[in-house]
This record gives sequence, structure tokens and C-alpha cells, in this order.
Amino acid sequence: MLKVRGLHSGYGRIEALHGVDVDVEAGEIMTVVGANGAGKTTLLMTVCGHPRAWSGEVLFEGRDITGLPMFEIGRLGIAHVPEGRHIFPRMTVLENLQMGGYAVDPRHFDADLQRVLAYFPQLGNRLSQRGGTLSGGEQQMLAIGRALISRPRMLLLDEPSLGLAPLVVRQLFDIIADINRDERMTVFLIEQNAFQALRLAHRACIMVNGRITTRGTGAELLADPAVQAAYLEGAAPSAEEAP
Amino acid sequence: MTRVADRQAPPAASLAHLVRDAGLAALVAALLAVPLLGFRLNVSAQGLSLEYRLPWILYAAAAVFAGRLLLSLAARSLWPQVRQRSRGFGARFPSNTNVIVGWVLIGGALVLPWLPFADPRFLSVATLVLIYVMLGWGLNIVVGLAGLLDLGYVAFYAIGAYSFALLSMNFGLSFWICLPLAGILGAFFGILLGFPVLRLRGDYLAIVTLGFGEIIRVILLNWQAVTNGPDGITDIPRPTLFGLSFESPFRGPLHGTGFADFLGVPYSPMQWMFFIYYLILLLALGTTLFAQRMRRLPTGRAWEALREDEIACKSLGMNPVTVKLSAFAIGASFAGLAGCFFAARQGFISPESFTFIESATILAIVVLGGMGSQIGIVLAAMLLVGLPEWFRNLAEYRMIAFGGAMVLIMIWRPGGLLSRRDPTVTLGEGPAESMRPAPAAESPR
Ligand SMILES: Nc1ncnc2c1ncn2[C@@H]1O[C@H](COP(=O)(O)OP(=O)(O)O)[C@@H](O)[C@H]1O
Ligand SMILES: [Mg+2]
Repeated sequence: MLKVRGLHSGYGRIEALHGVDVDVEAGEIMTVVGANGAGKTTLLMTVCGHPRAWSGEVLFEGRDITGLPMFEIGRLGIAHVPEGRHIFPRMTVLENLQMGGYAVDPRHFDADLQRVLAYFPQLGNRLSQRGGTLSGGEQQMLAIGRALISRPRMLLLDEPSLGLAPLVVRQLFDIIADINRDERMTVFLIEQNAFQALRLAHRACIMVNGRITTRGTGAELLADPAVQAAYLEGAAPSAEEAP
Repeated sequence: MTRVADRQAPPAASLAHLVRDAGLAALVAALLAVPLLGFRLNVSAQGLSLEYRLPWILYAAAAVFAGRLLLSLAARSLWPQVRQRSRGFGARFPSNTNVIVGWVLIGGALVLPWLPFADPRFLSVATLVLIYVMLGWGLNIVVGLAGLLDLGYVAFYAIGAYSFALLSMNFGLSFWICLPLAGILGAFFGILLGFPVLRLRGDYLAIVTLGFGEIIRVILLNWQAVTNGPDGITDIPRPTLFGLSFESPFRGPLHGTGFADFLGVPYSPMQWMFFIYYLILLLALGTTLFAQRMRRLPTGRAWEALREDEIACKSLGMNPVTVKLSAFAIGASFAGLAGCFFAARQGFISPESFTFIESATILAIVVLGGMGSQIGIVLAAMLLVGLPEWFRNLAEYRMIAFGGAMVLIMIWRPGGLLSRRDPTVTLGEGPAESMRPAPAAESPR
């Protein structure tokens, strides 16, 4: 569904991605895990057109989307939940969700809202509350819910666990698995929380310093001693330790 | 759960601290007083002579010292109460108070000209206030909703005014044809300005729009052949009401039927005053209704969303270019309409009416009104335009009062007079009605 080939990208003159290849197949949960600063966010943002790719190509459903402006990519059926959630803090939860439907036929909204609230019942109690007053977990749910309202075929999630308590992370990841299963939603998940992400993922890869170093199924990587040492032991992961 | 932090109370200050603070204020006052009060230019038969008034500087410094000390002593004892009260102010209003207050204001505005104290002077001040209310509501779309700091808004006002003046003087077009044209021209120039500044934010945008405002004014000033330069354009024809003229029959033969003749009543200048008052009321109400409607439509909501988070907007498929341009264009078109009205009301325009101070006043109205609050803008316009105009005979004191009012507002209501943002959709009106869930037992927090 999504093919990334030899992607180079960065900020100013500093290259952050040194040729990344990733495939995401329709209906699967694919995850990229890696330490802070590995370039995961840059990968996702470059797929979305901001920053622009320096070289390489990004194909979505066979169509070359490299170099398209970010807002056009947002209309193709790719919903991007950026790192840090980026909800609209002064708008109410309901208004936030309505913004998700900005580029789609408004007639779908009622049904889509039902669908989203079924996944995130907590949001239903808070529809008229301002987004900025939600707890971190609720804000993440709102960001994902808003993305779902845009009727995507692929969901790009950038570190949904950021700043959340372990219990909330587990709850959130279960919901992500539900969305993937119930709607056959393709999920491209970027995570630092390797354990939770690998537990969820059908396929996974590890990113170190702007390169993909290891690939496998989620279960394989979970069992890999090198991965365990670098990412699952609570010790500060160091890039060199990953094979 | 994050809440906006409460405003910090000033630290409880010691007396010595207050005295030092007052001394500092007195020093500043003394420095300011040297050029302002220290010299006096006497014009006499022998020519100009300069008189030095050093005691005045001391008086000023002493007055400021005492005033500042008293003020901070008062603030020290009163501050907690004030803070308590002003915090409750916004929260106490239920959400539909705005609607009720809005209708009361509209009702009041409708009967205003018929009230016993509504003499020509009062009506003319009221009309002026309404012009600024309309400009405030228009600029609010750009600044309050879309968050684009526009310091050159007066340029579009000028474009509206000059387009009516020139079109009616040169081509004999009537007010009612020129009004939409002025709006369209305003929008066109709004887009023209919008394009180059789209990438700019905050300070940079402010500087460029400021420059744009000045460019338009300088063009009007120097394009003698078309705009008649600094002398401006005079004898702009008055608008008619369905062809009925409001011109005074004493100033020469009327073109067409006079309004008074048609009704069979004697001519009175008040008829014209009523007419333009209701005309600007209509235009202003149209502006706010349009803005309120836009806020509920995807385009209008996009303005607010884009101000809050551009990345999120782009990832939801929103094109920031069109969203910003639409805000600029719509805001500018309302300034164009207001300018057209202004030219028609005055019958005379010159570049002098469109200086930066106008942009600043309109922006102050929007900011003081609370950035986005429609009713707050009405209050701010009354305060910033109505009162100074009404107390014009108090000469320079009105500017002091103006400054004082601004300072007080910023102390007590730093977010503007009415700074609460109203949701564009609430439970019970939108699709959410059907999904209001049963009260949940557990709270996730
Ligand atoms: N806006 C930016 N400007 C400059 N450098 C950046 C920017 N964002 C990220 N970087 C750099 O790019 C590299 C990759 O960062 P990022 O993609 O955010 O990593 P991750 O998401 O894996 O933590 C880091 O070295 C970071 O310092
Ligand atoms: Mg990141």
C-alpha cells in the first residue's frame, strides 16, 4: 500500500534520513521503532510531504506522492496523527472531530462520529469540553479519532504513547489493534515504546540514525536478544548495539 | 489535565519597595516632563521667545510620585478582591448570555434614533461608532479568527471609499451599484496583499501589512490626476433610498424626487441622519451575521483551526493558502463596504482619513473587545471611538482618559473585555445530540 524507496531527507543542510526503504502492506500494522532522534518522525513527516524528500520516492497505492504538498497528501486517504497530538486546544472536542471531516463529504459525519465514539467512549462524555483541557490520553484519543473521521485507508501514528502512563498506553494500543482488525485499517506506527509497539505489530523494523537496520515480524523482533538488549531492557538504547 | 495557569498576583511588596517604585515612576515623569512641560513657546510682537518652566517638571514628578505610591498602596490592599472578582466575571455568564445581550443590543440600536436625547450630534457619534463596529467585526475575521495580524486594514477602507468616490464622480454610478463593487475591490486587494504575505507570520506579517497600508495612502496622496491628492474628493453624491433623494432642497434643484416630498413631510436634515444610521446598522449587522455564519462552515472553522495548529490542518487536507486568502479577502471586502459608506456619509474624503492611526484604532477595538468576541467589539468601539468623540470638547483630556481606559482594561481583563470563545456547535444543536452518552460512572482522570 505504501512503498518508501531510498528516501533521503533532512532539515536545512543536515540529512536525517540516509536512504530508507519501508513497505506497508494493506491491512497490516507495520511499526518502526527506534531511539530518540533516530529519524522516525522525520520519516513519517517526509512521507507526508513536510519536509520535502531530498531524493528517493514514496508510492501510495501505486501513485507517486513524492513532492506533493502536505495538504494534498492528507486528502488521498492518508491520515497522519503527528507527534505531540496537535489537537486544536481552544476548540471543543466535537469541533476538533468536525475538523477531521474537513476534506470529506459532510454527510458521513454522523455515522463516522458514532464509529469513533464507539472506539473512544471517553470522548463522548467530553464533546463540549475544550480540547486543551483533556488529559494526555484523551488528547491522543481525540487526535486518532479526528484522523478516523477523515475516512482514511491508512493511519500514520507518530508516537501515540508519548507522555502517557503505561496503563493508558496499553489501553490505547488495544484500541489501535481493534481499529486495525475491525476496519481492516492499515496502520503505520512509529514508536519509541518498543515493547508495546512490537507486541501489536504484524511486521516491524528498527531504525538507527536515519537507517533501517533490522526487519522482521513483531514477534521475531520481540524475541531477538539484540533488540531486547537495546530497546526492551530499560537501559538507555545505544545505536551501535543494534545489529 | 492541564489548565491555563491563573494570572499571577503581583508579589506582596514592602513599603520600601513601593517607594522605590514610585521614585522610579517620578524619574520617568520628570524626564518626559522636560520636553513636554519644561519649555513654553511664547508668540509675541517681538517674535518667538522660549520660556523655561523648571518648576513644572518638579510638580509633574511630585504628582506622579504621590499618585503611583497611592495607587500601589491601594492595589496592595485591594488586589486579591479585584482578582477574585474579575476571575468570576467571565465564568459567571451562562453560554447563552451572549445571545441575549446581542439581541438587547440590536433592539437598542434599532430604537436609538427615536429616543428623546438622540439629537443630530448624538446620531452622528452613533453612526461613527457603528462604522468602527463594522470595521472591528471585519478585521476580527482576519485577526481574531484567522490569527493574522493585519496592521494595514485601513488600506481596504480607503480603497472602498475611493472606489465609491471615483466611480460615482467619473462614471455617475449610484451608491447601490458602487457598494458591492467596493466590496469586490476590497476583496481583490485583500487577495493581492495576501499572496506575498502568506508565508509570513506574526511580526513579519504585521510589518508588511503596515507597509501596505502606507503604500495605499501614499498612492492616494500622490496620484494627483486621479485622486486629487491631498485635497481629496468633494461633493460625493449622497445615496438615495429607492431613488428618493436626501439632498437638501435649499442647496439647489434636486435630481429626482426628494424623500420628504415623497412622504409629503417637510424636509429635515434628520431624515438623512436616520437614513445613514440605519444603513450602517444594516451593513454592520450583515457583517456580524456573515462572520457568525462563516464560523459554522468549514471555511470559517478552518480559519480558527489554522491559527491553532497549521500542521494538524495540513494533515487533515486543508490548504493553508486558500484558507488564509479567504480570510484576507472577506475581511478586506467588509472594510471596502465600510469605506464606501464612509465616503457616502461624509461627502468628502481625503488621504488624511486613512492614516495608520485608523488601523491602530480598529485593531485596538478588536484586541480590547477580546479577540473574536462580537459583543466585546461593540463595547470596545463605544469606549474607544464613541466616548472620545462625544467628549471632543474636553480636548486633550480625552486622550489621557483614553490611555487610562486602555491601561485599566489591560490590568483587569488582559484577555480583552469579553475573551471567552464560544463553541460554534454545542450539544443539542449538532449531530452530537443523538449521541449524548449516559452519564459515565468512572472518570478517566
Ligand atoms: N525541525 C527540525 N530542524 C532541524 N533538525 C531536526 C528537526 N526535527 C528533527 N531534527 C533532527 O533530525 C533528527 C531526527 O529527528 P526525529 O525524526 O525527530 O527523531 P525521532 O522521531 O526518531 O525521535 C534528529 O537528529 C533531530 O535533531
Ligand atoms: Mg519522534
